[in-house]
Amino acid sequence: MKNIKYIAIMALGLVACEPELDNSVEDAGFYSSGNADLSRFVSVGNSLTAGYADGTLYIAGQNNSFPNILAGQFAKAGGGLFTQPLMNDNVGGLLLNGTVSDLASNRVVLAESEFGIIGPASIEGTPSTEISNRLSGSFNNMGVPSVKSYEVAEAGFGALINVNTFTAPAYYSRFASSDTSSILDDATAQDPTFFTFWIGSNDVLLYALNGGDGADQLGNPVTSTYGENDITDPTVFADSYTAALSAMTAGGAKGIVCNLPSVTDIPYFTTVPYAPLDPTNPAFGPMIPTLNATFAQLNGAFAFLGVPERSIVFSTTGPSAVVIKDESLTDISASLTAVLAGGGLDIATATLFGQLYGQARQSNANDMLVLPSSTVIGQVNTDAVAYFMSLGLPQADAGQLAINGVTYPLEDKWVLIPMEQALVANAQASYNATISALAAADDNIAFVDMQLFLNQLNNGGISYDAGAVTSTYASGGGFSLDGVHPTARGYSLIANIMIDEINSSFNATIPKVNPGYYPTVYID
Amino acid sequence: MKKLLSFILFFLVGSTLYAGGYRVSIQGQKQLAMGHTGVAVISSAESVFFNPASMSFLDGKMNVSIGASAIFGNTRFENKEFGIAEETDNPLGTPFNIYATYKANDWLSFGLAAYTPFGSSVEWENDWAGSHLVNNIDLKAIFIQPTIALKISDQLSIGGGPIYANGSVKFNKNLSRSLTDTDGNRTNVTVEEKGISAWGYTIGVMIKPTEKLNIGFNYRSKIIMKVEGGSADFQNVPDDFFNPATGAQVNLSDGTFDAELPMPAETTIGLSYEFCDKFLFAFDYNFAQWSEYEALTVVFDNDAGTSVSPRNYKDSETFRFGLQYKAHKKFTVRTGIYFDESPVQDGYFAPETPRNDSVGYTAGLSFNVNDKLSIDASFLYLHFDEIDNSYDHYQENGKNVSFEGVYKSSVIAPGLGLSYKL
Repeated sequence: MKNIKYIAIMALGLVACEPELDNSVEDAGFYSSGNADLSRFVSVGNSLTAGYADGTLYIAGQNNSFPNILAGQFAKAGGGLFTQPLMNDNVGGLLLNGTVSDLASNRVVLAESEFGIIGPASIEGTPSTEISNRLSGSFNNMGVPSVKSYEVAEAGFGALINVNTFTAPAYYSRFASSDTSSILDDATAQDPTFFTFWIGSNDVLLYALNGGDGADQLGNPVTSTYGENDITDPTVFADSYTAALSAMTAGGAKGIVCNLPSVTDIPYFTTVPYAPLDPTNPAFGPMIPTLNATFAQLNGAFAFLGVPERSIVFSTTGPSAVVIKDESLTDISASLTAVLAGGGLDIATATLFGQLYGQARQSNANDMLVLPSSTVIGQVNTDAVAYFMSLGLPQADAGQLAINGVTYPLEDKWVLIPMEQALVANAQASYNATISALAAADDNIAFVDMQLFLNQLNNGGISYDAGAVTSTYASGGGFSLDGVHPTARGYSLIANIMIDEINSSFNATIPKVNPGYYPTVYID
Repeated sequence: MKKLLSFILFFLVGSTLYAGGYRVSIQGQKQLAMGHTGVAVISSAESVFFNPASMSFLDGKMNVSIGASAIFGNTRFENKEFGIAEETDNPLGTPFNIYATYKANDWLSFGLAAYTPFGSSVEWENDWAGSHLVNNIDLKAIFIQPTIALKISDQLSIGGGPIYANGSVKFNKNLSRSLTDTDGNRTNVTVEEKGISAWGYTIGVMIKPTEKLNIGFNYRSKIIMKVEGGSADFQNVPDDFFNPATGAQVNLSDGTFDAELPMPAETTIGLSYEFCDKFLFAFDYNFAQWSEYEALTVVFDNDAGTSVSPRNYKDSETFRFGLQYKAHKKFTVRTGIYFDESPVQDGYFAPETPRNDSVGYTAGLSFNVNDKLSIDASFLYLHFDEIDNSYDHYQENGKNVSFEGVYKSSVIAPGLGLSYKL
């Protein structure tokens, strides 16, 4: 009996010992969701919603997806459980029936090469995320990398049979509820009370990422004829987007929509300078006199043909622009060959030069070299060498004519020329007009301006307690090593912008996160 | 009896938190119950600690006191801006003390003491919001003190002795707020060293101007615990780590560290006064020279280099009041209160020692089993107000980054001891 008393006293002591604050952040009602109900939160979108970074999906990245960060803060204001279709590893990439799929790649990390050069490199390891191994249950994060506006509602999108041709179904296939479901079905089936809906970037981004190596489908409503890297017709976009958004709000849910940041303002397009050729580079500098002597002949022909602006000259004192193929130029191959032959060049060489430089020019400040071009510029294009040799050129000559961006004009996919940039900008402006109009028309929908967000990253950055996050590739902290997707820190900034918007639109008081706690690029 | 002994032995591994900085003021159950006064109290072998000089005036040829307390202490941290709520899961702290005195003749007394006046055991959840400052720390020190007292007259005695300190430290924190390996595991370091030894001393003076009034003085020297070549264990470092800005390799392989931790000098003066036969009032004033603790500087032998965490402690004072009432020949009851000033200054409030000013409420009683043996129980409740404070001297990108929030600590410490007089 006595012992029980002691135990009771001890227990009292232990309880009294729990430090409590008078006004704790964990008290019910300390943070409010205002007139939004955060209990069932579902996110629909593409890779940006999925937490994609460094060129792939991987667990550590998904843990820092903006919807997951949001859900963590929502939980302090009545939010419920939030689930994500996590990958199987931190390597990234995908397996299809046990074989590594070329639809996804390993994660990119910052690594030091054996020559001591620091740069992005593919992480070692074999992907272990099997596409055909479908996860069970429903997932609050319905972000599917590569998905486009008109694919969100496509029934059967995740059927394994679709996986071989397009990237998006590969990811969705892993967690689709069935072979006949759509992403939108799986989202609305969860009866969301709150959502984020951020879709549309891929309708124009995939075209841009591939240097405009696709088609503009303006005016074509038949999406089954679209290639993966095409630009979606704005009417198709508007119809798909409107229908999908009304499905999201049909149950009375409130939510956030985001417009599309200007895709050509991301480091993928702004990192490689248009004039990357450095005369102090021992592999390039000594070649310049020979190159200029050779191109002098060509430049004469350009002048004769009335296109002196196409002249190719490399500077011995400063950086030089690369030679690119500009499809928007009139193809003067035939006349170029004729002029060169007339000037005394043997017909075989004249023909080859005509082919090579018929639409060539040096790049200028208006061209955008895509990030991966940095790995090919100045390198010998082995496909071109093989082609030249098949024409009968000796290997040495073939090699000299096959240097990417120097003697061999950079192919379309490495450069986004102004004409292509205009197509991208036009489509995007049209998409954004649709998005902001829909948001403005419905009080239940809050609007987040991602274009403004990217502008801020590009112009001085967004400050946090240990500095500023900018869009500068690798070192700015905002963009992951793929140059397209944010880092965890970038996603935390996005979550904060959304929280600001929710707080003001729905009269809520959800706390933000501190970006300083989120990683940037990973070092291997 | 056997049970009690085993209870005390069980807790002989001592480590604790709470009392200015990492000072743990629990050095005797009788005196703790009186607000941890004692520099001018002549009562039991606990005097070896409180004032070695007072050994001269103890009754009996031999006195022994042993005891231990169990500290249940935790700290809560909240930050309203980001909605962070965290709480420590501190292990039980168990400061103990063993004291013995022996009166060789009328003017010469010997004493021996073992006690744990410094320690800190704070355990936050790994990777919590303040993990770049501390995940967990466990600091322990045992002091062993052979003592001598000389009775100069019936009104005056002096005493003192050397102190041998033996301590250990284990400290883990994350290297930054965001650095991880490629799997997202936070990069962290554990520094650990055992068997750190150092020397110091204590001296005391006791004056008895009247039969009922005692005045005491005690000075305890500073002791610097020096670690040379302790182990530094780095975890979750990226495989091939380099500085992305310069490309320079950064070697964060496991190695050793050097560091110093001061245990500051403490001066105490006080008095005790007997009144109405059965009452004893005691007052102590402590002055701890915490300004010694300017920074926690850890020197690693790898590229982590020298890590300096400014502490900038200030000297601190404690005012203690105690009352004893001999209620019955079998019972003596005690109570006390003390006002403990924290040495931690605004802007230096680090979660590794989350200490603000506190008020200690104490109570206890002795049960006299017979003329020789008594059982001493004590209870301490240490009250802390909520405090909104920050640590502003952590650096990232060459910028001071503040770690701010509301802290609230709560401590109780029940204790039990035995006093034996021959």
